[in-house]
Amino acid sequence: MGYMCWSSEIAYSGGMARFAADVPTRGGFSFDLCQRNEMLLKKGNQLPTFRKTGTTIVGLVFEDGVILGADTRATEGPIVADKNCEKIHYMAPNIYCCGAGTAADTEAVTDMVSSQLQLHRYATGRESRVVTALTLLKSHLFSYQGHVSAALVLGGVDITGPHLHTVYPHGSTDTLPFATMGSGSLAAMAIFESKFREGLTRDEGIKLVSEAICSGIFNDLGSGSNVDVCVITRGQTEYLRNHQLPNPRTYVSSRGYNFLKGHTGKTGEPYIPPNPRR
Amino acid sequence: MSIFEYNGSAVVAMVGKNCFAIASDRRLGVNLQTIATDFQRIFKIHDKLYIGLSGLATDVQTLYQRLVFRHKLYQLREERDMKPQTFASLVSAVLYEKRFGPYLCMPVIAGLGEDDVPFICTMDCIGAKELAKDFVVSGTASESLYGACESMYKPNMVTYYFEALGLTHGKTMEQGANCIGVQKENQYKLLEEPEELFETISQALLSSVDRDCLSGWGGHVLLVTPTEVQERTLKSRMD
Repeated sequence: MGYMCWSSEIAYSGGMARFAADVPTRGGFSFDLCQRNEMLLKKGNQLPTFRKTGTTIVGLVFEDGVILGADTRATEGPIVADKNCEKIHYMAPNIYCCGAGTAADTEAVTDMVSSQLQLHRYATGRESRVVTALTLLKSHLFSYQGHVSAALVLGGVDITGPHLHTVYPHGSTDTLPFATMGSGSLAAMAIFESKFREGLTRDEGIKLVSEAICSGIFNDLGSGSNVDVCVITRGQTEYLRNHQLPNPRTYVSSRGYNFLKGHTGKTGEPYIPPNPRR
Repeated sequence: MSIFEYNGSAVVAMVGKNCFAIASDRRLGVNLQTIATDFQRIFKIHDKLYIGLSGLATDVQTLYQRLVFRHKLYQLREERDMKPQTFASLVSAVLYEKRFGPYLCMPVIAGLGEDDVPFICTMDCIGAKELAKDFVVSGTASESLYGACESMYKPNMVTYYFEALGLTHGKTMEQGANCIGVQKENQYKLLEEPEELFETISQALLSSVDRDCLSGWGGHVLLVTPTEVQERTLKSRMD
């Protein structure tokens, strides 16, 4: 079994200490608990759902560079887990990446590639190129055959000009003048297909991106809350967090709840922790 | 039935004014049978950092032991405590490492960072962080907890009467009491004045677990301010 081979491989390489203590690992994934989780599944328990980003993410190329946009809702099944999360991730000062799919995967993959780009910048002494980020992302995602479920819109401006790419969970990529991903991608693409043209100005571009995201927010149930926009041009990046707030919380009662003293009954006994040896 | 519903749990953390509160239920069950009513889900990492873990109880305990181990190593190397943001990144990395065979628990991390600014955060079982400014919830009762906290939460709730008067939180209880001219005998009475944060988090927790069969059987609330930590047990329906 794959699990057994892995553990004996580690024992052979002198890593027996790894099982005695949880020392920081060499990196990468660990499959220790897979056998146990399989057993739980067979007994009729369902494994949990992971937090997804539902999402509408978009990008477009305008006359001076690239504009990326995203909504801010994170869902856990049908419940909204985070009303104002950040889906536009930093990769390099001139490269940003929007992520859709499983939230942990998009965060981990973008953080990892961002660190690799930083190391590469130190080694080469040059500004990072968008195709470098693209190749690092696609080779990582392909090697996990789509199990790392991250769908990304990668955009940036480097010495060769502005670039916009989409990356799919299985590792395929596209290079496009405008792109949308996520559950709200059809709603956003409808706006882009009717209103996009080459050579938009900065303000027109921001307006179009906001409109596309709003279309996703209002028409797609997996997307919602606010609009985040990121404008990348040669030499300058502007991250407009919560550029638009089309869903303010207006129904809050100003009085709120006021609980009187002693409202909540206490047992009054001192708390004794169940494991005094700790 | 989902694996999270095997043991049952409810954990919630709320931010107040220069303080935070973290609360959990106390039931440990095996499917529908209750086997313990004093199960600890909130653990101390250091004086100003607590972690609440919901989900499969065995993973709760294993994960807690692993994290305390990593924190102790950090303390030995760095000769100081971990900041809450750093600890949250550590927990996220430990969970994501097991991406394809995850620990079946969802942590709630609450701590006081630099300048005693409260920090709370929750994650799903593979480490996707959610940083919130108001409250975070996790466990089988999470859907009810979302609703209860959303309606009951107010910003800047306080824990002590003299904090409500706007006195600096750096004072001890005695100093604070002297400031408002209270006799020494009455100092301890001061602590029983309205404590908004405690009341709010307790009401949110109890009303949510009342609507969940798998959690409840009492509550355990920790209020953490820069000067002290209060642990209290809640009386609730025992069904």
